[in-house]
Amino acid sequence: MNKENQESGSISRRTLIKGTGAMLGAAAFAKAMAPLTEWASHQSMDEFLQQHYRELDEEEMQKVLRRLEEETRRDYGVEVTITDHKPEKGVKFGYALNLSICVGCRKCAQACHRENNHDRASGNSYIQVLEMKKGSLDLENGTVNYSGPVPKKDAFYMPVQCQQCDAPPCVDVCPVEATWKEPDGIVAVDYNWCIGCRYCEAACPYHARRFNWAKPQIPAEDINPAQSYLSNRLRPQGVMEKCTYCLHRTREGRLPACLEACPTGARVFGNVLDPKSEIRWVLENKRVFVLKEELGTKPSFFYFFDE
Amino acid sequence: MNKDSVATAPRHMGGSHLSNYPRFLWRMLVMATEGNWLFYAWMIVLTAVALVGANAWAVQVTQGMGVTHMTDHVSWGLYIANFTFMVGLAAGGVMMVIPAYLYHDKDMHDIVIIGELLAIAAIIMCIAFVVVDLGRPDRFWHLIPGIGKFNFPISMLTWDVIVLNGYLLLNLHICGYLLYHRYLGKQPHPRWYVPFVFISIAWAISIHTVTAFLYQGLGGRPFWNTALLAPRFLTSAFVSGPAFIILALEAIRYLSKYKVGDGAIRILVNIMRITILINLLMLISEIFTEFYTGGSHTASAKYLYFGLHGYNALVPWIWTSIALSLSATIVLLSPKVTEHPQLLITACILAFAAIWIEKGMGLIIPGFIPSTLHEMVEYLPNSLEWRVTAGIWAMGLMIYTLAIRIAMPIFSGEVSLEKDQHPHV
Repeated sequence: MNKENQESGSISRRTLIKGTGAMLGAAAFAKAMAPLTEWASHQSMDEFLQQHYRELDEEEMQKVLRRLEEETRRDYGVEVTITDHKPEKGVKFGYALNLSICVGCRKCAQACHRENNHDRASGNSYIQVLEMKKGSLDLENGTVNYSGPVPKKDAFYMPVQCQQCDAPPCVDVCPVEATWKEPDGIVAVDYNWCIGCRYCEAACPYHARRFNWAKPQIPAEDINPAQSYLSNRLRPQGVMEKCTYCLHRTREGRLPACLEACPTGARVFGNVLDPKSEIRWVLENKRVFVLKEELGTKPSFFYFFDE
Repeated sequence: MNKDSVATAPRHMGGSHLSNYPRFLWRMLVMATEGNWLFYAWMIVLTAVALVGANAWAVQVTQGMGVTHMTDHVSWGLYIANFTFMVGLAAGGVMMVIPAYLYHDKDMHDIVIIGELLAIAAIIMCIAFVVVDLGRPDRFWHLIPGIGKFNFPISMLTWDVIVLNGYLLLNLHICGYLLYHRYLGKQPHPRWYVPFVFISIAWAISIHTVTAFLYQGLGGRPFWNTALLAPRFLTSAFVSGPAFIILALEAIRYLSKYKVGDGAIRILVNIMRITILINLLMLISEIFTEFYTGGSHTASAKYLYFGLHGYNALVPWIWTSIALSLSATIVLLSPKVTEHPQLLITACILAFAAIWIEKGMGLIIPGFIPSTLHEMVEYLPNSLEWRVTAGIWAMGLMIYTLAIRIAMPIFSGEVSLEKDQHPHV
């Protein structure tokens, strides 16, 4: 075809070397990628093709839930019930925290850890408690790494979790709409749609989001079996997760786990659209403030001090 | 090289594209596997490094990204740092295109394809750096408009997907069209590539602006949340881009028989002389604003330049970058630099390394330190991240080497359809 090929002898040897090189290269590539092909063989086609949460109809959703329950049985050896809790009409959740009586015991963070089936070894939780110096609300003067008996004399304590912003930067930045604002104010994540780019984690001003750096490990007996698709079901590897105000509880009319665990009653949760709710009373009668108000994120999480 | 050229190539007398285009593709494939011992050695080394990287990535996908040193506090690391830098390199190639097409510089016009090919290799590397940063690369299809969910125009990342892929397609079309026509021995028709060249000039600016906007628009990250970010991205891209191209041109001069006009190199040096100074000016402006104002939003800058609360992992990096930048400036401003290739090569290596640190680790990591709740968690990449990164660099250099290896003989007329059909004439 071209001039090299017309000179036989040395060229056929060259072609042979090229062919051998190409084969060696292909073999080496297959070897290098071996872990990936092994991994891919464990992925289910149904999961790969699953549509976005908000595209699934009732029947498809049920199929997905049964598949996820089956996968949990297979991977963790435990029977769980996964429900798809929907928001109720006329409900907008609000949360308020009384900084005057929070003692910094971190019981809320521990309750979150158990309730939401966090990876045990990492000790992960959606709540971080800051020990702040009295006289400053600048987070620069706070620390999460405090120890010893609490409360300390010159400190106050500020638990921070997802603020369920009304103008959430994490939702804006997501390239695939894997996270969105629900009608009751909760910012949800579809763990089966998230691509794991972690842009939302960079965008969140409250360190509210967590990434699943590996598949969560929990002993079967420690797993909370009452699970919901958008909240505390066992998350897949490589996706984002966050506080959902325990929607699997709160959408059933119960209180978030962090609130129930609080020994001082510093936490107030409820429907801000209900004029008789406690949260409404707090918002109307206390001088509440929100974290980093200047960023315009419009949190649904409020802090206040007793007079 | 790309289907686009087939679709848009004009009909002309003699020979059909149906037979010529496959022949052209085949010829490129043959050229890509031919070379002297240095070429083979270089390609084998790059292949080996790329395979090591591919293996490291396969391990990362299998076991989860916990095998890297990234954390919930520093959630982007070496990959996104390199991605950001590579976008700059891709945009930097436009500094050849502007003199060649807007100012009709003859020397530059002869070799402008070197810059356009760089854009192709760099964009492919960018895409690779984003893919290896994904926790779920298997869900990549969620990003495809139509089948997935594309959060356009709100998410800046969707803008980035559009501009990066658009820039890749534009350059593939321009290079593919020109190479095919040179191979056919036909005069390329300006109608089929000049408009695309002009679009690509504006597009080059857009890729780096949009990439800066990814960071710049985050109110929760004061270190990035500055209007200076996009202009500084562009300025530094117009340092690193020309620096890399000069190195490539010098390599072509030394290692092959193809001519590279002094005029082209002189223009690139003159561009760098200005952009490197503007970049330093912007650095001063940034440092002044941070430190004269003070307050807690200065924490990241304090951490980067001097260390904060005893944490100082990035301090040696950033001062190395500043020292390299200043040295490169001094060498570049010396009138002798265009007369002594060794001096020029040194200056370009210094400048390139300076920007790689500044627009890489020096930009991405301090955005996360301290965290939004002012926790101090440091980050330095681990060996797996370095392996994946080296693998992508090797892949990019392979693509660029092959592209130049193919383009130069076709552009010099050494390889053409005519000669392939009548080898003994």
